[in-house]
Amino acid sequence: MSRAALLVLADGRFPAGGHAHSGGAEAAVAAGRVTDAASLADFCRGRLHTTGLTAAALAAAAALGVDPLELDAAADARTPSAALRTAARKLGRQLMRAARATWPSAELDALAAARPRGAHQPVVLGLTARAAALGPTDAAYCAAYETLSGPATATVRLLSLDPFDATAVLARLAPDVDRIADQATDAARRVLDHGPDALPAASAPLLEISAEAHGGWPVRLFAS
Amino acid sequence: MHLDHATTYPERHTHSADAQRPDGTRRALRIGLGGPVGSGKTATVAALCRALRDTVSLAVVTNDIYTREDAAFLLREAVLPPERITAVETGACPHTAIRDDISANLEAVEDLEDEVGPLDLILVESGGDNLTATFSKGLVDAQIFVIDVAGGDDIPRKGGPGVTTADLLVVNKTDLAPYVGSDLGRMARDAKEQRAELPVVFQSLRTDDGVGPVAEWVRARLRDWASA
Amino acid sequence: MTAPADLAPVGLATAGVRDIAGVQATARIVAEVDPRRGSTVLPVLAGEGPLAVRRTRGAGAEAQVTLVGAMSGPLGGDHLTVEAEARAGARLRIGSAAATIALPGQAGEPAHYAVRLTVEDGAELHWLPEQLISVHGSDLRVTTHAELAPHARLLLREEQVLGRSDEPPGRLTTRLTLRHAGRVLLDQELACGPGAPGGWDGPAVLGGHRAVGQLVAVRPEFADDPPKPRTLGEYAALTPLAGPAVLVTAVAPDALRLRRTLDEAVRLLR
Repeated sequence: MSRAALLVLADGRFPAGGHAHSGGAEAAVAAGRVTDAASLADFCRGRLHTTGLTAAALAAAAALGVDPLELDAAADARTPSAALRTAARKLGRQLMRAARATWPSAELDALAAARPRGAHQPVVLGLTARAAALGPTDAAYCAAYETLSGPATATVRLLSLDPFDATAVLARLAPDVDRIADQATDAARRVLDHGPDALPAASAPLLEISAEAHGGWPVRLFAS
Repeated sequence: MHLDHATTYPERHTHSADAQRPDGTRRALRIGLGGPVGSGKTATVAALCRALRDTVSLAVVTNDIYTREDAAFLLREAVLPPERITAVETGACPHTAIRDDISANLEAVEDLEDEVGPLDLILVESGGDNLTATFSKGLVDAQIFVIDVAGGDDIPRKGGPGVTTADLLVVNKTDLAPYVGSDLGRMARDAKEQRAELPVVFQSLRTDDGVGPVAEWVRARLRDWASA
Repeated sequence: MTAPADLAPVGLATAGVRDIAGVQATARIVAEVDPRRGSTVLPVLAGEGPLAVRRTRGAGAEAQVTLVGAMSGPLGGDHLTVEAEARAGARLRIGSAAATIALPGQAGEPAHYAVRLTVEDGAELHWLPEQLISVHGSDLRVTTHAELAPHARLLLREEQVLGRSDEPPGRLTTRLTLRHAGRVLLDQELACGPGAPGGWDGPAVLGGHRAVGQLVAVRPEFADDPPKPRTLGEYAALTPLAGPAVLVTAVAPDALRLRRTLDEAVRLLR
């Protein structure tokens, strides 16, 4: 395993389309729920412990070699919002393109062929980690961290938030990311014995509700 | 910008993106249109669609700062059937979507080819950005940079990657030059200095067939693409 | 609580002694079509301990059952289970006479409340209990599992209220799983209250709201013609799932306003 491969995959500049998505932050900012660094931190913590945990476990399970199509179906069941399913598949397809160019693998090719319109992004992320010879915990870290970095970057643009404050939010949440990555990896190992039902299904009602509202906005900066 | 690189940008007449579709057929030529806000990119795209649509199978991808504004304009103007116009959302960073992370745009051009193809040409319009925004060679085969006389006649002199390296520089709204005190001769000389042999077109879309020279340049690129 | 006049006790309470370890009780309801009359009958209707079940007057050919709380609870340490099955072609509607109130136990251990629903082809089940109220100091784990045949119909509502009025909530974890034609259609977990993972009351999850609810409708015709996603005010949304079903998720300041939103959703889905 190359630790540097983890840096490549987790780099915010990895060209996989994430820059156009706010992870729900645009809707939360518009609703007045995120207004400053403190509310951004609270938003990020909530997202990390809900959809972040679910995404990290899906990624870890894919990295462990669990059938990605089974995981894709499990991701569908854990993403009730149609708008968020669309966003997850769009991002999965974009990540797939970058992944196949950077770490070519037969498993990535097979998933791309089976889901030409895109598999859920965390599943593709886990399979990408596997192609890069990374482990399940690495995949979980990437997914968990992305849960935070997307909203933090978007909030800098949306609120003109001080970028140092936004980065400090990410740093303070590092211990939470560690815990989520561990929990997600444990859950992913249980999937090997018990199937995808062993995956966490933590959800966030406000993220789901506001994703549907955001999907209908005529003018917005971010795709989700 | 790097002044020491002013006239030494790499040659752009290359097709780094795979020219074949997965089924082995040749894909559509992709031409990017970039340039600052308000210079007339969308109007040029609309005029190109009208000039070319009877002889060329084409589609358009827009990259808006906000979603769908430019796509909505093209739809209202009915320059193409709606299924031939796609908007890409850029997360407040239009230059990122055409240069640093082109995945959403690649998906959009591929979807257009799948859904309304076969296509000869896809025009990819960038969101209005600054003078440094250029298209990745992984996304487009050639690019047009659109500036206008009202933005100041010193823009060609200032250079920047768009002005110096675009395959075609379009100086738009020449009809406004007398009103805004822009010296077209000076713009032409400065452009020549920055671009050496790369072509420049002065254009006013208010005249009949104002887009003619740009449309002719696009047709020439299509002939090159077909014979390559 | 006043029982409606037509409540008739059916089944036997066999458990009900509550010691420090808590109560284990299961209520069972089975509905099937009476082939002679075409209406739905209840060959099994059995309550136990704190879970009493009554057949109440239903409309037309459907059977209606009301869950009646015979004791307060669930209390910490209790394990309560409700199993309901609508066999092929049956129409069953289950409600409850009052809200379920999660209370603290003596030893501080969590209470468990499991709901298992099975709906066969051509059958329709409405699971519309009153709210679940998480009282300060309580700790309740709720699991709702519905197993649906390809041509089953389901209308399911769950509402959680965090604390009685002006009271901080207890700890509440809910998991809702729907399997349709053998594959998981919805799997959703929500944890809130003291000790829940961080951010549960923040701007991504509940944002200070004290009532949260879901309404699920599964109908075979949604496979070809699913309702379009839409919002219902600022704090509720209807979304098609990745199968013949829709989910309405809502948050509200209190139980009354939550119910109003979910009632509106039911009307929309008619």
